[in-house]
Amino acid sequence: MDVLIQISYFAAAILFILGLRRMSSPLTARTGVHWAGAGMLVATLITFFWPGMENYLLMTAAIFIGGVAAWWTGKKVSMTDMPQMIALYNGMGGGAAGAIAAVELLRGEFNSDIFLTLAVLGALIGSISFSGSLIAFAKLQGLIRKPLRFPMQHAINLLVFVLAVVYGGLLVVSGDTAGINLLVFFGLALGIGVLKTLPIGGADMPVVISLYNALTGLAVAFEGFVLNNAAMIIAGTVVGAAGTLLTQLMARAMNRSIGNVLFGSFGGEQGTEESVEGAMKPIDVTDVSIMMAYAERVIIIPGYGMAVAQAQHKIKELMDVLLARGIDVKFAIHPVAGRMPGHMNVLLAEADVPYDRLYDLDEINAEFAQTDVALVIGANDVVNPMARNNPDSPIYGMPILNADQAKNVIVIKRGQGKGFSGVENALFFADNTRMLYGDGMAMTGELIHAIKQF
Amino acid sequence: MIEGFTALYIFMLSAFTGYEVISRVPVILHTPLMSGSNFVHGIVLVGAMVAMGHAETTLELAIGFIGVALAAGNAVGGFVVTERMLEMFKSEKGRH
Repeated sequence: MDVLIQISYFAAAILFILGLRRMSSPLTARTGVHWAGAGMLVATLITFFWPGMENYLLMTAAIFIGGVAAWWTGKKVSMTDMPQMIALYNGMGGGAAGAIAAVELLRGEFNSDIFLTLAVLGALIGSISFSGSLIAFAKLQGLIRKPLRFPMQHAINLLVFVLAVVYGGLLVVSGDTAGINLLVFFGLALGIGVLKTLPIGGADMPVVISLYNALTGLAVAFEGFVLNNAAMIIAGTVVGAAGTLLTQLMARAMNRSIGNVLFGSFGGEQGTEESVEGAMKPIDVTDVSIMMAYAERVIIIPGYGMAVAQAQHKIKELMDVLLARGIDVKFAIHPVAGRMPGHMNVLLAEADVPYDRLYDLDEINAEFAQTDVALVIGANDVVNPMARNNPDSPIYGMPILNADQAKNVIVIKRGQGKGFSGVENALFFADNTRMLYGDGMAMTGELIHAIKQF
Repeated sequence: MIEGFTALYIFMLSAFTGYEVISRVPVILHTPLMSGSNFVHGIVLVGAMVAMGHAETTLELAIGFIGVALAAGNAVGGFVVTERMLEMFKSEKGRH
């Protein structure tokens, strides 16, 4: 049986790697997740035959409870809310790694101090990922609205971290892994995740979630060593490395370093932020519809607001109406528009907007100058010219879409508030910009209706 | 039993594999891929099952139970949302 288990884990590891490989290309992405899924199924089923196990009834019940709850929420959640669900499921994985470590530490049967150390490390990382992901979930879900900052925050965070490491070290050195120290250790580890995530602004959440994803992978790998489980070691390490790379790619797309995200105070309450001169100039639907109906080139720039308003299907309809009039319509997708890189692509794909109408930053930025109307729907920070020309701005240096260079800029927006990063947007005050206030979906609907009149 | 340097080699090679496997991923796949890798570390389920299967005290059993339930949530939820996201890429080939 033991050989069969090892063979199954080996097969699962191969399927995971090939699955991730396939998920890295749009043509094969769909089958990729099925390959990985097959690997997961094989590994899970064979584990029931692991020698010397008990508690099968409760185990099946636990799988059933966790599985059904996740299945149900995963099916039900709207595409808009995907990022926080990823954060939630990722947190569960981190929590599971922490739970494994807790059981093993309570049992206290370690072959060597190396395994004990790995168990403690995995527990630390997994717990941080668990509580941190839950906070990230709460933030994206809107349960926690403002970044929480207080004096001496970094010092306190550092202190808690050092304490957690000290208590972790105590567990290893004393060998007494089941006492009160264990409880303190887990409390501190969970505290780190909470304290570390609370002050981070919402705009940085994708990077943070990606980082916790990588951390969970690492925690799983460490617990894999403790349990002598090759599938966990390989899958966990692969995810840890891939997740780290992905985190770097995302941070780079926002022109920020990971350290800056974690230790900077982005979107701080006071400080260097300047107010922008001028006023926002409103416009009504009729004027916008005339402008668009007789345009030659239109570029649509979607952002998180489009996701919130569920306006992607209406936007697709608007595209069809404009195309029918012989107008050239393109979509400009900023790599970090929305709450996650690629978020907009997923939403527009859902609405059947053809893939070849979506252009990324480098492809489209030169075209704004020849564009009649740039329609900004729900995007904010990614079109803020201050990132280009105001060195004092917190988002200075972030690559942006040069929407301000279009002949006319229309911004559909619910109100006059600031973007997710809390930074004032100079684009809204520009001379060639007009603000169309209202709900993204309703306004787009009215716009379609009005354009059809011509 | 995986021990000592063998473990270290597995760790190193897996890390390189993970890095290489996604090094040329287009931006549009960042979110699905993050979700996909999130699903893959759902393999923690097998570890949680083993830990719970060997639990002796009630406390160990309770923590094991929570671990298994959380891990199952990670695996199943990760799969469902990744599948749903990638589902939308299906018509790309037919369209062009």
